[in-house]
Amino acid sequence: MSAVLGNETKSAILNDETKKVLVEPLVNNNPITLQVLGICSALAVTSQMSTSLIMALALTLVTAFSSAAISAIRNHIPSSIRIIVQMTIIASLVIVVDQILKAVAYDVSKQLSVFVGLIITNCIVMGRAEGYAMKNPPLESFIDGIGNGAGYSLILIIVAFFRETLGSGKLLGYEVFKLTKDGGWYEPNGLMLLPPSAFFIIGIIIWVVRQWKPEQIEKVDYKIMSIAHGEGGHH
Amino acid sequence: MEAYISLFVKSVFIENLALSFFLGMCTFIAVSKKISTAMGLGVAVMVVQAITVPANNFVYHSLLKEDALSWLGISGVDLSFLALLSCIGMIAALVQILEMILDKFFPALYFALGIFLPLITVNCAILGGSLFMIERDYNFGESVTYGIGSGLGWALAITVMAGVREKLKYSDIPAGLQGLGITFITAGLMSLGFMAFSGIQL
Repeated sequence: MSAVLGNETKSAILNDETKKVLVEPLVNNNPITLQVLGICSALAVTSQMSTSLIMALALTLVTAFSSAAISAIRNHIPSSIRIIVQMTIIASLVIVVDQILKAVAYDVSKQLSVFVGLIITNCIVMGRAEGYAMKNPPLESFIDGIGNGAGYSLILIIVAFFRETLGSGKLLGYEVFKLTKDGGWYEPNGLMLLPPSAFFIIGIIIWVVRQWKPEQIEKVDYKIMSIAHGEGGHH
Repeated sequence: MEAYISLFVKSVFIENLALSFFLGMCTFIAVSKKISTAMGLGVAVMVVQAITVPANNFVYHSLLKEDALSWLGISGVDLSFLALLSCIGMIAALVQILEMILDKFFPALYFALGIFLPLITVNCAILGGSLFMIERDYNFGESVTYGIGSGLGWALAITVMAGVREKLKYSDIPAGLQGLGITFITAGLMSLGFMAFSGIQL
């Protein structure tokens, strides 16, 4: 579309194409629930809301800026070494984020430990660089990065919300449910703080999203059929 | 010696990269539909992990760590912020070299593992292994043990997962959970199983 309209589209920042690129990844084409990208860190940092927010922000910024940078030099990258070039750009941005975090929020950066570094290999960043930024101009790539970062952030925040409130009765450190040990009524669910709960919550999110948007349901390899034909199907 | 055995068991079971740190999840979910492919990828990850973790350990301790450059007569230089860049560069380069060596000398192995190698560069388990090695300050011997152990743990997890998924495709699953959803729930149950190891004191 932008190729046809040329310069005119560049002036309008929120035209249809841009809006689509920005909104589509939230539900309709969510990087986590549909494209199966970037799940690694999504699960590991979500036992607390504060770490998830920082992680979401860091990933969104890295995706947006790396897409813009890669897109700006996309015509000069030889295709045989493009992965290494992309990696170098992404890694440099992640180092910047890591250093800023260490300077500004040292405690959070300690809690995130290696997971900030792992943004480098987060498939969302690479996936957007390879799948979108290599073919589109910088501004659109930047917005695409923001959109996909936001789709990732949305899932991260939902997971963190359930894990922190149910697991420790708090949200961002503030009390939501009064715990039994402080004389309240809520007995914290320890499982929510352990790794398996993140898998369950993401599984359930996918289930809910796909009930809501049935076109996302995957095709089955084998259809289960009842043996008694013509008898009204299921027993 | 005992310390190495304990580290090995710990890195395979208790601190399984896939199931307790969620590393390499993207490939873990995407390539676990068939046991044979999952096993191929598992072996490839193990090999690459066993090479890259010690290599990164060597680079980190001889070039990047604080005062590591003292053998060059330079002191007081701390380049450890470059660790991320050097780790990922090292991994990308080693995977590329491994691919060329396999192609040239072991064509059969190249056909079996070749398609997985490009995937491995962006596998978080590989980078994660190296970053954990740096964070926990392993020495060279420990890094070799940790590399092999964590790779084996990841391979074990993905093979088991593929086994479960092969059986699962004959099950009657609610439409919305089909495919990805049920895979996550299964991974959660497996992770719950692996949690049982965490009580083991070594």
